Amino acid sequence: MNEKTRRGFWKNQLFFTGPTLLIFFMVMIVPFLYGIYLTFFEWDGISSSKPFVGLDNYAEVIRSGSFWGSMWLTIKYVAACVVLINGIGFLLACLVVSGIRFQSFFRASFFTPALIGGLVLGFLWQFLFNHFFVSIGKTYGIGLFSKTWLGDETLAFWALVVVTVWHYAGYMMVIFIAGLMNIPNEILEASKIDGAGKLKQLTGIILPLMVPSFIVTVFLSLQRSFMVYDVNYSLTAGGPYGSTVLVSMHVYEKAFRSYDYGVGQAEAFVLFFTVALITLLQVYFSKKKEVEA
Amino acid sequence: MRFRPLLLHGLQYAILMVLFLLFMFPFGLLLLNSFKTNGEIMESVTSWPTAFNLDNFRDSFIEMNYMRSFLNSAVITFCSVAIILILSAMTAYWFVRSKTRLNNALFLIIVASMIIPFQSIMIPLVSIYGNKLGWMIEAAKQTLIFFYIGFGTPLAVFIYHGFIKSIPIELEQAAIIDGCTSKQTFFKIVLPLLKSTSVTIAILHILWIWNDFLMPLIVLQNTGKRNYTLPLAIQVFRDFYSTDFAKFLPGLLMTILPVIMIYILSQRYIIQGVVQGAVK
Repeated sequence: MNEKTRRGFWKNQLFFTGPTLLIFFMVMIVPFLYGIYLTFFEWDGISSSKPFVGLDNYAEVIRSGSFWGSMWLTIKYVAACVVLINGIGFLLACLVVSGIRFQSFFRASFFTPALIGGLVLGFLWQFLFNHFFVSIGKTYGIGLFSKTWLGDETLAFWALVVVTVWHYAGYMMVIFIAGLMNIPNEILEASKIDGAGKLKQLTGIILPLMVPSFIVTVFLSLQRSFMVYDVNYSLTAGGPYGSTVLVSMHVYEKAFRSYDYGVGQAEAFVLFFTVALITLLQVYFSKKKEVEA
Repeated sequence: MRFRPLLLHGLQYAILMVLFLLFMFPFGLLLLNSFKTNGEIMESVTSWPTAFNLDNFRDSFIEMNYMRSFLNSAVITFCSVAIILILSAMTAYWFVRSKTRLNNALFLIIVASMIIPFQSIMIPLVSIYGNKLGWMIEAAKQTLIFFYIGFGTPLAVFIYHGFIKSIPIELEQAAIIDGCTSKQTFFKIVLPLLKSTSVTIAILHILWIWNDFLMPLIVLQNTGKRNYTLPLAIQVFRDFYSTDFAKFLPGLLMTILPVIMIYILSQRYIIQGVVQGAVK
């Protein structure tokens, strides 16, 4: 390669990738590395003194009861959300795709909550839980709704789950519908001729062929519910009595309310590794279940 | 025998109707109560409003500084998405067509970075761009757009990369023989082919940025209300002890409305965008 074209190559390299890489490194990579550095210091974010504390921040995170409380609560929340979002999303997809009339209307309606931000949805449902459900409960004497869910520690947790499921079930439905449409009709017809019932078709053909869709939807719902902050903030604000502080909120409070950047960042990394590990395992193990049509 | 399918059909419709009501009643109640006074709301959430009270909307509009917040949201979303699209398309194109070891490694880093959640770098971002450099204070909105670009490019580069791989190289070779430079080839030949992929990426990113809360909260919160986006502005009505629902609910409705209107106009594209984005 002569001098001129080599220079031309680097000019193009710079032109096509330079701006993207500059911003990408400044926003993602440098802060990520700087974050690792921060975890070894005690810092309130303002003062000029930043004493080196070694692994003390990690030790504090590991000892912290409130952090693991949040983590455990988040894991329960994620488990409930992933199961319900995917279960209901799949049910909706099956109901909508079966060729009935108005199906695009139903599909569009179920998808609507997915368009709206968690913050707004949380505020809306706070109003519903505090006023609508309570009034229904009182009028019809339903014990479950006689008091607001947001005032009870267990029920407030389930309120978060309900809102999250309502938020994302339609989103996953859309992905499932695309998967269901891709199942070749001949296979279903052939199985019918062979005498397979609806249930047999579902477990023997449809579900195995839907594994790729499930990989995507489980991944998305895992990631989104693990990282949730907005619904948590607007619906329960961590209450009652700090019983529903999910782990994102815990990190936020540690850093920006208690001004403990070092410990906050160490918590953020523990969260990052947990989520990375779980999602990688999920994708790895479910890829093994994939089959060819 | 013809009776059974009919019955099944009926059952299916019944289940769908119930689910439809479960999914839609929050919006219905929001609409209904937005026109009521505080007294009416407290008396009964399900009653019809006595007079369609538009004063609520006016008060709410003024108090949350709606026009300003709406424009902030719109400008931030538009600028971020536009820049993400053009920069990512260029980068992805170069990564596909110039497979040097450096470029392969860079692409790998970019794809791997998608697993980094905002929460795990928000503290460093604040310490670098807030405390040290002061960008978040001097140019808060620009800094927010800058963050969105950094965060949004990995997914966009990934999706573009997947699509550009499938474009036959003969098209470009013909252009190069005709004397086009790499830049001309990209802008004249390749870019026009990326239209539908760009729509997919734009939809995913618009949904994310328009609705995002935590990042604007951290960047804009302390810079004054004139910088607020809609999700931040809606908080003025939040008060734990006595929320003023007569203003809060119209505010929520007005925050949701633009999205719903765009959805009604371009439903097919949005749903398609979500599916395309998920499959890739």
